[in-house]
Amino acid sequence: MASLKELKGRINSVKSTQKITKAKQMVAAAKLRKAQAAAEAARPYASRLADVMASLASKVAGNDNAPRLLAGTGCSERYLLVVINTDKGLCGGLNSNIVRAALAKARALQAEGKSVQFYLVGKKGRAPIRRAFPDAIIGQFDTSEVRNPGYEEAEKIAAELVDMFEGGKFDIAHLIYPTFKSALVQDPTLQQIIPVPAPAEAVEDNSGAVVEYEPGEEEILTELLPRYLKTQLFGALLEIAASEQGASMTAMDNATRNAGDLIQKLTIQYNRSRQAAITTELIEIIAGAEAL
Amino acid sequence: MALHFELVTPAKLVRSEDVHMVVVPGSEGEFGVLEGHAPFMSTVPDGAVQIYKTEGSAPEEIQVRGGFAEVGANGLTVLAEHVEG
Repeated sequence: MASLKELKGRINSVKSTQKITKAKQMVAAAKLRKAQAAAEAARPYASRLADVMASLASKVAGNDNAPRLLAGTGCSERYLLVVINTDKGLCGGLNSNIVRAALAKARALQAEGKSVQFYLVGKKGRAPIRRAFPDAIIGQFDTSEVRNPGYEEAEKIAAELVDMFEGGKFDIAHLIYPTFKSALVQDPTLQQIIPVPAPAEAVEDNSGAVVEYEPGEEEILTELLPRYLKTQLFGALLEIAASEQGASMTAMDNATRNAGDLIQKLTIQYNRSRQAAITTELIEIIAGAEAL
Repeated sequence: MALHFELVTPAKLVRSEDVHMVVVPGSEGEFGVLEGHAPFMSTVPDGAVQIYKTEGSAPEEIQVRGGFAEVGANGLTVLAEHVEG
């Protein structure tokens, strides 16, 4: 049985841990609201761009000289998985879920005889992926130095990916990131980003008029494709930010509650041993008095 | 008698309003868009978009970087990567 002093020390240490987790929970809740607002603000741009892409892509898709970012390299042997993780921990199972999804996809691709490489964004995915695929990481992007990864980071990542694609390092790239559904649920999502998947159906312009392009359709498309890629990456960065805060809030809420339970248990134990000590003392005194 | 004009960046919807005319610096020259413009698409290099709220009023300028303009049935949409000011 632990001594009274030891118990008191433990209670105090759990109490201070609880304070930390509670603070982190509240910070996450405040940041979550901001991250969600940012994700919502980005939606109009993404949806408009997707509309434009859809109408353009359907016009150019049949051509032989369609841009490579749209048409692909013509083979599908080498895959690149772009995995987006957080930089900080304390967010429950978020990162391990993403990594698990990425590794499952990689193994499935390997089983089909394809080669798989990784491009990592964020710190937390590095160690587990390196352990599973020691030589497959061909690049990583550090987002730990910026406070809120934003469009500029997305631009840099996109530029690097396009460079690697043009350099013939891979044929198909998939993006893996969590989709923020709620503070409790963040599902890992897998999405093909290179070559840009042809939109399912083009939105027909019901005005019936012929759209004029300046310069030509293909020039516009070549300029639009990298931008589309950037927008996708930007969206993923926003999703990870919202997911991180959401997961962190939930995890810290749990931790605070656990700490509360632990404190209660320890306090009961502490009181019991205190009473036991008093009883023993009393018995000793009474026994001493009777002996006289 | 108004043109619906939207200026959108990845970070937010900067403008969404009805204006008289917008002059966009297209890659092959500036073009002004009034209500009822034919469907049209153009890339927009770095430059200033001029917004005329009413006929004859002084234009309001917004600097945009790296963008794309689309004129459709529902007005003019400018997608820009960055907007200054």
